[in-house]
Amino acid sequence: MSEKIAVQIDDLTVAYNYKPVLWDIDLAIPEGVLMAIVGPNGAGKSTLIKAILDIIKPIAGSIQIYNKPYKKQRSLVAYVPQKGSVDWDFPTTALDVVMMGTYGSLGWIKRPGQKQKKAALEALEKVGMLSFKHRQISQLSGGQQQRIFLARALVQNASIYFMDEPFQGVDATTEKAIINILKELRKAGKTVVVVHHDLQTVPEYFDWVTFLNVKKIATGPVKDIFNDDNLTKTYGINYKVSIQQ
Amino acid sequence: MDLQEYIELVFTDYTLRTITLGTAILGAICGMLGSFAVLRKQSLLGDAISHAALPGIAIAFLIIGTKNSSIFLLGALISGLIGTFWIRGITNKTHLKSDTALGLILSLFFGFGMLLLTYIQKLPNANQAGLESYLFGQAATLLESDVWLMAIVTGISLIILLLFWKELKILLFDADFTKTLGFNTKFLDILITSFIVVAIVLGLQTVGVVLMSAMLLAPSAAARQWTNNLAIMVILAAIFGALSGIIGTAISASHNNLSTGPVIVLVAGSFVLFSFIFSPGRGLLFREIRFRKNRNDLQLHKTLSFMYNIASTHEDISHPHAIKILNNFQGFTRKSLQKLEDRDYVKIQGNMWSMTKSGYNTAANLYDQLIKEENE
Amino acid sequence: MSNAQIEIQLIASLVAISCAIPGTFLVLRKMALITDAISHSILPGIVIGFFITHDLSSPLLIIMAAASGVLTVVLVEFIQKTGLVKEDTAIGLVFPALFSIGIILIAQNANDVHLDIDAVLLGELAFAPFDRLMFDGTDLGPKSLWIIGIILLITLGLLFAFFKELKVSTFDAGLASALGLSPVVMHYGLMTVSSITTVGAFDAVGAILVIALMIAPAATAYLLTNNLKKMLILAVIFGVGSAIIGYWVAHVLDSSISGSMTTVLGLLFLMVYLFAPNKGLFSVLYRQKQQRIEVSLLTFLLHLANHEEKEERHVKHLNEHINWQKVRSKSVLNLALKNNMITIHNDIVSLTDKGQHFTTEAIDYIVTNKNSEIENMKDRFFLFRG
Repeated sequence: MSEKIAVQIDDLTVAYNYKPVLWDIDLAIPEGVLMAIVGPNGAGKSTLIKAILDIIKPIAGSIQIYNKPYKKQRSLVAYVPQKGSVDWDFPTTALDVVMMGTYGSLGWIKRPGQKQKKAALEALEKVGMLSFKHRQISQLSGGQQQRIFLARALVQNASIYFMDEPFQGVDATTEKAIINILKELRKAGKTVVVVHHDLQTVPEYFDWVTFLNVKKIATGPVKDIFNDDNLTKTYGINYKVSIQQ
Repeated sequence: MDLQEYIELVFTDYTLRTITLGTAILGAICGMLGSFAVLRKQSLLGDAISHAALPGIAIAFLIIGTKNSSIFLLGALISGLIGTFWIRGITNKTHLKSDTALGLILSLFFGFGMLLLTYIQKLPNANQAGLESYLFGQAATLLESDVWLMAIVTGISLIILLLFWKELKILLFDADFTKTLGFNTKFLDILITSFIVVAIVLGLQTVGVVLMSAMLLAPSAAARQWTNNLAIMVILAAIFGALSGIIGTAISASHNNLSTGPVIVLVAGSFVLFSFIFSPGRGLLFREIRFRKNRNDLQLHKTLSFMYNIASTHEDISHPHAIKILNNFQGFTRKSLQKLEDRDYVKIQGNMWSMTKSGYNTAANLYDQLIKEENE
Repeated sequence: MSNAQIEIQLIASLVAISCAIPGTFLVLRKMALITDAISHSILPGIVIGFFITHDLSSPLLIIMAAASGVLTVVLVEFIQKTGLVKEDTAIGLVFPALFSIGIILIAQNANDVHLDIDAVLLGELAFAPFDRLMFDGTDLGPKSLWIIGIILLITLGLLFAFFKELKVSTFDAGLASALGLSPVVMHYGLMTVSSITTVGAFDAVGAILVIALMIAPAATAYLLTNNLKKMLILAVIFGVGSAIIGYWVAHVLDSSISGSMTTVLGLLFLMVYLFAPNKGLFSVLYRQKQQRIEVSLLTFLLHLANHEEKEERHVKHLNEHINWQKVRSKSVLNLALKNNMITIHNDIVSLTDKGQHFTTEAIDYIVTNKNSEIENMKDRFFLFRG
């Protein structure tokens, strides 16, 4: 792991309807980590990602991606939204959704061509969905839909990947497949940030973790800070989880 | 008048040709742009906008004092837009929900429009005749210049649609993701809303304010059933819309006293009904057939695997067994046994049955599949 | 005021009341648009009923119309369940189709039907006093007065009998079914009452203005109160008020009574929308401006509480790291100073004891999701608001 910082967040405050949901967050995400963001419901996990990606405007603070604002670094960032945030009955195919990952680099008006299609097919192959490429997206299982979303992010060919609950509602096989791809990404020097729910799997999947509950509770290597003390601080009184390390 | 005569008339009669062309173009643009309303879950926004356009038309008349459909369109456009923005204002700034906001704007604007309309009717100036045709539409009032206007607007919309196709598609599917890619979603948003407003305003003269929203929804709701591809859906919707326009005009033109609006809407509605029932992919009929077939298959498979369990206890799989022992098994009937024999899975001799090689293999595969599914 | 004028106003007021009651529940249940669907789709029911009886005020018409209203609801829900189209599209498809059938039926039989399309859209309030109920040669008053009166009585009876149940099932469907109140029964009960009321009102005010009478008074009342009883009373007052004012406006302009009733409702809603004390547009905009500064203040105070380092607490830091414009930084600093939350020495900002206290409490409330407490807390701590 290099000492370079991929994402630097300073004094970030985000409010919905003028009620703070994230409060004065300082966070530095080092390059090359596979990081989980954990916290109770309503802790602002998704909001943090959305603020980094400029989907939500913060009321205070600054966010830098490799020392520049997000607007100048879009091409370095890929995003996997929550699966439930889109309409899966939309009339489109798996391949088409993955192709959408190339739209950012194309910019306005230009159409995707053979090059983009090839990239999309490769990404589909990587997530094991090549044979489903012409399938309508509503006819895919939850796990398959999540893989399509992952493929779309892979096509973006970014340096930093943000994923909002990629393991929600997926089968065990898909979960394994996804985590293997994420580990591969880390091996290739990419930074991966995942909003995660299942505390049991944190030590197995991730090497870096951020505890979040409106404020930042702790951040650092899993082996150093993933303990009952921080879990209690994040989730409330006397939170115990049996962790095999 | 039979069909052939009518078709001849369409090509020879100036008025009928104008009207048919006009309703066809209108149907096409409504289908095309309506697809966006349907996919954005803004189906009822169209209803509110079209009702909200009525006072605009009446005020335009009060200002200029004569009938002029282009000025009316402008009035309709302005008051439709005011309605749209007010709906946004209500949902953004108060705790009233969008359904209440839509219903409010729809009925209040329409009521105000009706007040103006009845007021105008009582004015001594006799020029107001025909203003009511905006309620249910009267295609017969279409002039060639109106059709030209429609054609030009359709052309412009089509060019914009093609230009921003990729951006509109991705916004409809996943707005947050679109934002992260750096596309200006606000611009695209306004583009789509303007599309909806423009299509509605164009149709007011032909279909009328009361039923215009259906003209926007029906063709695309029908088209959605036949395809899983957005581009094909938009094209199909345009075709369905145009056909509804042409057929609706034909019916309404060959009867007295029939406003075009309700007829076109009913024709479009029949397209929807037909598509809901008969579309091969999503239609209710084929869904029911598939469902029954699956259920029957499931029954047969159950019986087959039950027989498999019995047969596999023997070294010789084709060893005959008494049919009697199946009687305790749920889902077993003589008919299902017959079906299994038809598929060459079992052989029946008297009141004995035996499994064939292919039946044994099929059953073994079924068993494996089941195990695999459970593991997934 | 002539007798007929009084009768018209009386009918209009009763219509307004009987619409406002179910309307209130529909608005609260986010089903306002179902009135749109029902009011359009009862038309074929009325027309067919009329063909059978040839009498516009026959009870059969009401039954037929109410049946087609309920049919609409069932049909819409059936289409929604198939999942072939989105929910709102289902509504948008069903009612125009049924309405079109009604209009075509009327147009095709224009010669022998007494119904005309203007009456469908606007109702015939002005003629209501001429159609009188005669019994044994005695004049018992206008027929529509009787019809809407009976509907109103039934509605009121149901309202009083099931008020508690309606309230629970509207605000907490989960609790309602736990208490054994079937949500399905409540739902269809409300739908039936709405259908019948719509039919009764249809005669007087027409298809589209029924929607206004159902939704507008309730929505206006909802901007003024959150209390169900008060909301019902306000909705009734708004309904009756606009009915009577609307009548006189129509009288002056010599135009449609129902059109002017709706216009009065619209103006009333506009006024309340703009000026309502807590939820009106101006008060919301004002509060948002205030809250924008206050939430910035909260943010700033928390930042101070979080950081010991001097450079993080330098006045300039507001501009640089927290990313605020000059004006905003200044108003936040001023507000904090005025409220005695901070002190500034050599451009280094520190929290006072009061500021410290305030911040700790605020964090506590926010982390435990007690957002409403924050407003109370602001009242306690702030001498000056943003």
